[in-house]
Amino acid sequence: MNEAIIIEKSVIIIAVFALTMLMAMYSTLAERKIAAWLQDRVGPNRAGKGGILQPLADGLKLFAKEEFVPNTENKFLFFVGPAISMSMALMTSAVIPWGDKLHLFGRDIILQATDIDVAILYVFGVLSVSIYGIMIGGWASNNKFSLMSAMRAASQMISYEVAMGLSIIALIMMTGTLSLREIAAGQEGMNWNVFYQPVGFLIFLVCSFAETNRTPFDLAECEAELIGGYHTEYSSMKMGFYLFAEYASMFISSTILAVLYFGAYNYPGMSWMEENVGVNIANIIGMFALFAKLCFFIFFYMWVRWTVPRFRYDQLMRLGWKILIPLSIANIIITGIVILLTE
Amino acid sequence: MSIETISLSGRKKEVSNKKMTFLESLYLVAIFKGLMITIRHLFKRKVTIKYPEETRSLSPVYRGQHMLMRDDEGRERCTACGLCALSCPAEAITMKAEERKPEEKHLYREEKYASIYEINMLRCIFCGLCEEACPKEAIFLTKSRVMVKSATNREDFIYGKDKLVMPLDMAIKNTPTNAAN
Repeated sequence: MNEAIIIEKSVIIIAVFALTMLMAMYSTLAERKIAAWLQDRVGPNRAGKGGILQPLADGLKLFAKEEFVPNTENKFLFFVGPAISMSMALMTSAVIPWGDKLHLFGRDIILQATDIDVAILYVFGVLSVSIYGIMIGGWASNNKFSLMSAMRAASQMISYEVAMGLSIIALIMMTGTLSLREIAAGQEGMNWNVFYQPVGFLIFLVCSFAETNRTPFDLAECEAELIGGYHTEYSSMKMGFYLFAEYASMFISSTILAVLYFGAYNYPGMSWMEENVGVNIANIIGMFALFAKLCFFIFFYMWVRWTVPRFRYDQLMRLGWKILIPLSIANIIITGIVILLTE
Repeated sequence: MSIETISLSGRKKEVSNKKMTFLESLYLVAIFKGLMITIRHLFKRKVTIKYPEETRSLSPVYRGQHMLMRDDEGRERCTACGLCALSCPAEAITMKAEERKPEEKHLYREEKYASIYEINMLRCIFCGLCEEACPKEAIFLTKSRVMVKSATNREDFIYGKDKLVMPLDMAIKNTPTNAAN
């Protein structure tokens, strides 16, 4: 019995790992394609049919490029930076419930790598560590501009982490749990949290844009003011790791958005399907529902990136501290009052 | 009417510094509008020309590389009068005239011909004035997409008769110059 759990979990972990990698890889292609389409262009279409092999070609190019290391006293940290970013981006996927459960070989298989009680806190913890990758990378580059960019990224992360945490508190008050699995299960039917917490969702959405360093909050990389940003001195696959980490964290934060606010793997008519068609098929469709939702959010990230211009630094700080944090506190108070009144 | 209100293009707008309303200051409506504009472009026809497979169509007045024409019998038309060189604003054309010998009658149409005819392609601006000046309809600017081939040597850009004169089989087949190259 114990061995079965080990096998089951390893299969899920490997599958999730592979999925994250694959999604990050193809997000790079999707970004270029969507950027092109939004600008009335065609986009990469030479490698494979419709450019389908482009990520492989990009990867090959990054591996083949010259590895340049600046003259810095912190060679070790210089190498560690991208590794931290990458591993932290991949770690978050462990607690995400990809589906309810499958009934195979006479056992219930829970489609989640680990179901821990404090999943949301874990996600937040890992997300805040991921900024170390950028900080260490920027600092070890021995370059003023990289350091300034890393400082920006760090201060942006701090200010938006607060608003993000506060916006999630209202959700936790409503659902009464920190476990992502229970939050997902609580949104059965069409009881998606976004209908009860629209303001919280909006704050969370804006903050996750900032957390993943995406436009309009991509102040960590700004070719106009700071050359290239924290990865100015990076080349070849180390640079690739930073880019990869960005896409991986975009994938994860899209998934978290879908799980927290958009009903995770639930879809209309899921309980009917479970009763009439079968648990397995209903849950496999559920996995695809979650996948479709997160794909929409990835698309949304890119859509916004090619629409909204980058914020100025003081505007960014103003939005974070003076607008989003008070707004999320007000959201908590109102949610508390409503919960008290309805009890 | 004062000068401030005149707008020749019809697009003049007064600068307004009015205070934004609450809804406007949220920016959400403006961002949503922007998103709608970009999503509309997602479905628009793409303007990209897939180059090696497709090529951009040339303008009807396109002027490509020069060609010294031959007549129906394959004789060179040029009589080395020098009008093209005279009309050339960039001073790109040089030539040297020579008298035709009796046994060369099948080669040159007139009694005088250009023994050397050179165009300096680094100077040429493809204005087409040489074509207009020529009384014998000898020089033409073709529709060739190849204009001047790149080189690392300045001498390579001085095109002599070997590169300019119309190939003999082309003259025999009476190919229109538009299809040249």
